[in-house]
Amino acid sequence: MTKSMKKPGVSRRSLLKGGAAAVGLAAGSGALTGFPTIWAQNIKDVTLRQFGTGVSNLNAIADKVKEDLGFTLTMTALDSDAITQRAVTQPKSFDIADIEYWICKKVFPTGNLQPMDTNKIKYFGQIVPIFVTGKLTPESVIAQGTAPHTVSFVEGAESKTFAKAPTQWMTLIPTIYNADTLGIRPDLVGRPITNWKDLLDPAFKGKASILNIPSIGIMDAAMVCESMGLWKYADKGNMTKEEIDKTIGVMTDAKKAGQFRAFWKSFDESVNLMASGEVIIQSMWSPAVAAVRAKGIPCVYQPLAEGYRAWGGGLGMAKHLSGLELDCAYEYINWYLSGWCGAYLNRQGYYSAVLDTAKKFMSEDEWGYWMEGKPAAGDILSPEGKVMEKAGAVRDGGAFTERMGHVACWNSVMDEDRYMIKKWNEFIAA
Amino acid sequence: MDAAAKPRFRLGDFTAYLQALPLGLVLTVFLVVPILTIVVVSFWDYDSVQVYPDFLLTNYVDLVTSNVTWVTYLNTLKYALLVWVFTLGIGFTVAYFVAFYVRSAVAQSALFLICTIPFLTSNIIRMISWIPFLGRNGILNQALQGAGLTDHPLEFLLFSDFSVVLTFVYLYAQFMVVPIFNSMMRIDRNLIEAARDAGANGFQILVNVIIPLSKSGILIGTIFVVTLVMGDFITVRLMSGGQSASVGLMIANEISLLQYPAAAANAVVLLVIVLLMVAAMLKVVDIRKEL
Repeated sequence: MTKSMKKPGVSRRSLLKGGAAAVGLAAGSGALTGFPTIWAQNIKDVTLRQFGTGVSNLNAIADKVKEDLGFTLTMTALDSDAITQRAVTQPKSFDIADIEYWICKKVFPTGNLQPMDTNKIKYFGQIVPIFVTGKLTPESVIAQGTAPHTVSFVEGAESKTFAKAPTQWMTLIPTIYNADTLGIRPDLVGRPITNWKDLLDPAFKGKASILNIPSIGIMDAAMVCESMGLWKYADKGNMTKEEIDKTIGVMTDAKKAGQFRAFWKSFDESVNLMASGEVIIQSMWSPAVAAVRAKGIPCVYQPLAEGYRAWGGGLGMAKHLSGLELDCAYEYINWYLSGWCGAYLNRQGYYSAVLDTAKKFMSEDEWGYWMEGKPAAGDILSPEGKVMEKAGAVRDGGAFTERMGHVACWNSVMDEDRYMIKKWNEFIAA
Repeated sequence: MDAAAKPRFRLGDFTAYLQALPLGLVLTVFLVVPILTIVVVSFWDYDSVQVYPDFLLTNYVDLVTSNVTWVTYLNTLKYALLVWVFTLGIGFTVAYFVAFYVRSAVAQSALFLICTIPFLTSNIIRMISWIPFLGRNGILNQALQGAGLTDHPLEFLLFSDFSVVLTFVYLYAQFMVVPIFNSMMRIDRNLIEAARDAGANGFQILVNVIIPLSKSGILIGTIFVVTLVMGDFITVRLMSGGQSASVGLMIANEISLLQYPAAAANAVVLLVIVLLMVAAMLKVVDIRKEL
C-alpha cells in the first residue's frame, strides 16, 4: 500500500478513523450496491498493489476499479513459481495476492496473508460450492489433488491452520478457475483424440509437448499413466515416492524415445509451439487455445474420457493490510464478485466465482455459448470486441456443469513435493 | 594519551589505499558480500516455502551423489567445449582477416564496427529469431525442401544440441573476435617481415609468430566464452525447447522452486569449477607477461 501524503495536515490515524467511520455509516445505511461504500475523501490516494498470474491480472479490471471504486489498483503479472516466491519472501511488497489454491497451501501457513471475514463478503452465499463444500452438485464426487475447499478456510482470524469444514474465515476469494485438458491440432493429428494416453502415442513422436511446471506437469503425466492402464493412483495430487518414480519413469522413457518436441513453461511458448506446427498435441491452457485459433489456425481443447485437470485461483489479503486499506480491499473483493468482472472473465473462457451476478452482465447468447454449451446464435466476441468464434460454434467440452463436473484432479502440492521436484528435474535433464 | 609518542600521521603513506578504496568498497558490497551470503546459505536447511538457518552438508551431499548433477555438468562442459572450438575458429579467422588482410586503417575500423552491429539489439531477441528460422516449417527447412535437397523437414535443426551450440556460437563469437583482433593489432609488423626474410612460409609465420603473439587475446576470449557458456541458462532453455539441462538452468529451476540453499550449493560448486578452469588457463598462458 502506498499513499501519497499530499496534505500534511491529515495524519494517518485521523484518516483511518475517518475511513472507518464512513464505512460504518455506509454499511449501516445498507442501501448501496456495486458502488463505493467507503467515502473517505482520500480514497483516491489509495493504491492497492495486486500481483498474480497473467490470466487474471488484466489492466481492464484495474481501469474499471478506478472508475467504479475510486482507488487505484496496480497489477503485476508473474509466473506461478515467482508468485509463490514473492508471496513467501516479500510479504510487504503486495496488498492483494492473486494466487492459485495449491500455492495457497504453501503460502498461507507462512502467515503472510490474513483470512477474510465472510460476513463482510456480500456474495459469499452465492459462491460456487466447489470452493465451499467441494461439491458442484450435492451428488458430485470430490476430485483428487488440492481441491480448493480444503484450503479455503482457516480456524479463526489469527489462524494459519486450514479448517476441515467451512468457517467464518476464508483464505482466498475465488476469482477464476477452469478445467484443463490437452490441446490438439485437428488438421495434423489425423485421428480422433479421446484419451490422455494419446499424448504418448508413438504416432505423434517428436510432435508432443508437456508443460514444465513440475507440480502441474506431474499431474498431466499421472493422467496419462492412468489412462494407459498402467496403474491407479490413490491420489494423483499426493503421490507416494514409489508412484512418483513410476510416473517419471514412464515419462523419461518417452522422452528418450524422442516423443517430445519441447517442454513449455509460459503461455506464449505453448501458443507458438502449437501455431508453428512444431507440436500437434500438448498440455495447454484454454486461452492459449483461443490465441492459436485467433491466428486462424485450427486448435481444439479436446475433452478426454478420463476427465479434466482443474485449477483455481483466488484473491488473498496481505497480513499488513489494516484500516482504510483493508476496507478498500474488502470493497474490491465485493466488487469483483458483483458481476462485471465475472462476465469479463467468463467471456475469456474462464469461470467466475459467482455465476448469478456475472449472468446479468452477459447477453443471453454469450451465456448460452460459454456456460450452457449451446451453439452460438451470433458471433462470440472477446472482451476487447474481437471475434473469437463464429455463429454456430459450440464450446469445446460443452457446458459449465459438463466441464467442471468432470474434474479428475486439482492442481496440488504433494507431501513428497521436494522428492517429486527432484525426480522431475531428473526427467528434464534425462 | 600522548599524541606525540605516536608516529606522525602522513596522508602520503595511505594514498595508494585511498585510491583503491572506492573500487574496493564497491567490490566488497556488490561482490564479496553476496558471494559470502551464497556460501552461508548453501549450508542452510529448507522446505518447500522457507529456508532455515543451520549448518548442514545435505545440500552438497545431495548434489554430489545425484546422477543428474554429473550428467548436467558433463552436458554443460560439452557445450562449453564445442562453443569454444567454433568461436575460436571463427574469431581467429575474422580477426586475422581484419588485422592482416585489410590494409587501410579506416576499412579496419569500419569492418570492426560492422562486427558489433548485432550487439545493438537484445541478445534474447537475436536468440529467439533463430526459432522461426530453424523450425519444422521454418525458412531453412522450406528452402531446403524447395531446392529439392531434402524431401522432409530436418527435425534436428531446432530444439536440439545443434540449435543450442549454433546460438551460443552466434552470440559469443564476438567475444573471441575482439580480444584476438586487439592483440593481433599490436604485433610488430617487422616481426612478420623478418620471419619472411628468414624464409618462413605463410603457414610457418602463422604458427610460429602470429599465434604465439595472439595468445593473450585467445586466452581472454576463451575466458569470456567459457564462463558465459558455463553460467548460461536462458539460451539452453529456449533453444533446446526445455529438453536439455545446463548447470545454470538447474540453478534457475531450484531458485524458482524456492530451494535457495540447494541453488546456493550448486552455485558455489559451479563457481569453484569455473575458477579452477580459469586458473588452469592462466597457468597455460601467463597473461601478465603477454600483455
